[in-house]
Amino acid sequence: MEKVITAKNLTKKFGSFIAVDNINFEVEKGEIFGFLGANGAGKTTAMRMLCGLLLPTSGQATVAGFDVYKQNEQIKKNIGYMSQKFSMYEDLTISENIRFYGGIYGLSNDRIKEKTAQLIKQLHLEGQEKTLVKALPLGWKQKLAFSIAIVHEPAIVFLDEPTGGVDPITRREFWGLIYEASARGITIFVTTHYMDEAEYCNRVSIMVDGRIDALDTPANLMKDYSADSMDEVFLHLARKAVRTGD
Amino acid sequence: MRMLKFLLQKELKQIFRDPGIIRVLFIMPMVQLLILPLAADYEIKNINLGVVDQDHTEYSRILTNKIIASGYFKLKDYSPTFNQGLKAIELDKTDLILEIPPHFERDLVKDNQATLFVAVNAINGVKAGLGGAYVQQIIQGYNQDVRMQWIQAPRYNPQPTIDVTYSDWYNPHMNYRVFMVPGILVMLVTMIGSSFAANNIVREKEMGTIEQINVSPIKKYQFILGKLIPFWMLALSVLTIGLIIARVVYGIVPLGSYFTIYIFASIYLLAVLGLGLLLSTYAQTQQQSMLVSFFVTMIFNLLSGLYTPIESMPAWAQWVTKFNPVSYFIEVMRMVMLKGSGLMDIRFHIVAILGFALFFNGWAVLNYRKRTG
Repeated sequence: MEKVITAKNLTKKFGSFIAVDNINFEVEKGEIFGFLGANGAGKTTAMRMLCGLLLPTSGQATVAGFDVYKQNEQIKKNIGYMSQKFSMYEDLTISENIRFYGGIYGLSNDRIKEKTAQLIKQLHLEGQEKTLVKALPLGWKQKLAFSIAIVHEPAIVFLDEPTGGVDPITRREFWGLIYEASARGITIFVTTHYMDEAEYCNRVSIMVDGRIDALDTPANLMKDYSADSMDEVFLHLARKAVRTGD
Repeated sequence: MRMLKFLLQKELKQIFRDPGIIRVLFIMPMVQLLILPLAADYEIKNINLGVVDQDHTEYSRILTNKIIASGYFKLKDYSPTFNQGLKAIELDKTDLILEIPPHFERDLVKDNQATLFVAVNAINGVKAGLGGAYVQQIIQGYNQDVRMQWIQAPRYNPQPTIDVTYSDWYNPHMNYRVFMVPGILVMLVTMIGSSFAANNIVREKEMGTIEQINVSPIKKYQFILGKLIPFWMLALSVLTIGLIIARVVYGIVPLGSYFTIYIFASIYLLAVLGLGLLLSTYAQTQQQSMLVSFFVTMIFNLLSGLYTPIESMPAWAQWVTKFNPVSYFIEVMRMVMLKGSGLMDIRFHIVAILGFALFFNGWAVLNYRKRTG
């Protein structure tokens, strides 16, 4: 299988604080990779290094075949990103947001039109193209944000707690979108606090105090820790944490 | 280029969708230009005068009337003793006391000489200085009038005097508005330009949208240009509104060409907006950027030569004004508006302001980081 993300001894220090401590992992093409950990475990820091938003202190990493140190601008052409902080322009309409993000990733005007029509239909937003994004309910905003993050069909999409504060039905619909994208060959790198979502992933890693303490398929992890659910696995590992969450 | 087009479209939509911005952009210049020039008038009028007349004669009455008739003074207090007159100054009822001593008329007629006493409240130095000077001038005129009544003027003045004739160039009526309005207009576009630019990037930081920009392939200079161009156009339209108000309301028509003004203003605004963008790359919140840009523009305005002539500042302050873009624009505005200067006359100003524009924008692009360390 083709490796789209590799991390070797990737480390990030802020002064004397080691936010990410020598992590090693590989993500395969088309995989849904769950990145778990308690608050403050270092998930977001690791993700920001892979996206080219933060410079690593040491170690190696490649994303979509590009080096995170030197080729961070090439990485940006090949990834999508959706952060915990809601990141569409609230004072622009739905179609204006799609047009803007499509445009800056170099989609042609015809392609933008095509994509807009497709997304509106897929998200059942017919007739709301001219609605300002701030008027949408949170669940719809998140689904729209995800669709916009992959509007340019990137190799990988990074999702940082995409379903925070969203109701269970919408979360299920959201994961429907994730599976659809994965089936098209887009690799999904997702952080979450919901353990039922962890079970939807092909493989999960669990970070504790900046280190990756476990990495396997959810089924294997449950077997290894002789647990009935991912919840138990997570509690077992995260309870050892010395750091207090933020 | 295509990237820039999408950035500009997005920015302009956001600006025109915010009714607050449009209101501020168009109402602020009108209010400022209609009110400020009236307030920023250095001519001292309505000086409150107290008279202590202990003579009560025709001569003392004529003197008092002459002073009031000058139009600069208002008789606010008429006291029998100096101490009572002083009380009026202490109560802020009057700014200046003219004391006419007893036997003023008698001394003037008999001894051919008399004394007057003028006491000035010097808390407001400008008002006191000018008020005192006005009174002195009027008394001198009065003195001459009195003498002319008594003596037949000889054909040749036995006491030769030098007569000075004035000719006021460029602003022949010494109209303060002609002088102030172009300056206030400069202050206005500076404030609007720098504060809007300073707030804009910070707003994206606060909303979190900047992160979405930072993970995209947008280049740094494209992002900065995408912010610079819309505000540049807005500031130029504010300048246009201001020039229209100056023409329609104050009848100020530039002696030079509007073309020269716009050429300089276009470069100048790049410098001011660059400064705003630079501040916003450092600030984390809108409060920070607002306070800093307020502080910087206030210093720039006070050191710009708008209110006080640069030539009368201390040497170090004059040196500082060389690093103040506002002072260049104010000078250029006055040169073009009042003296009719053309592009050749302001070529050094253009070079200097071009330097500012490159410096601030270059620094802003360098300091805006898509990736933190």
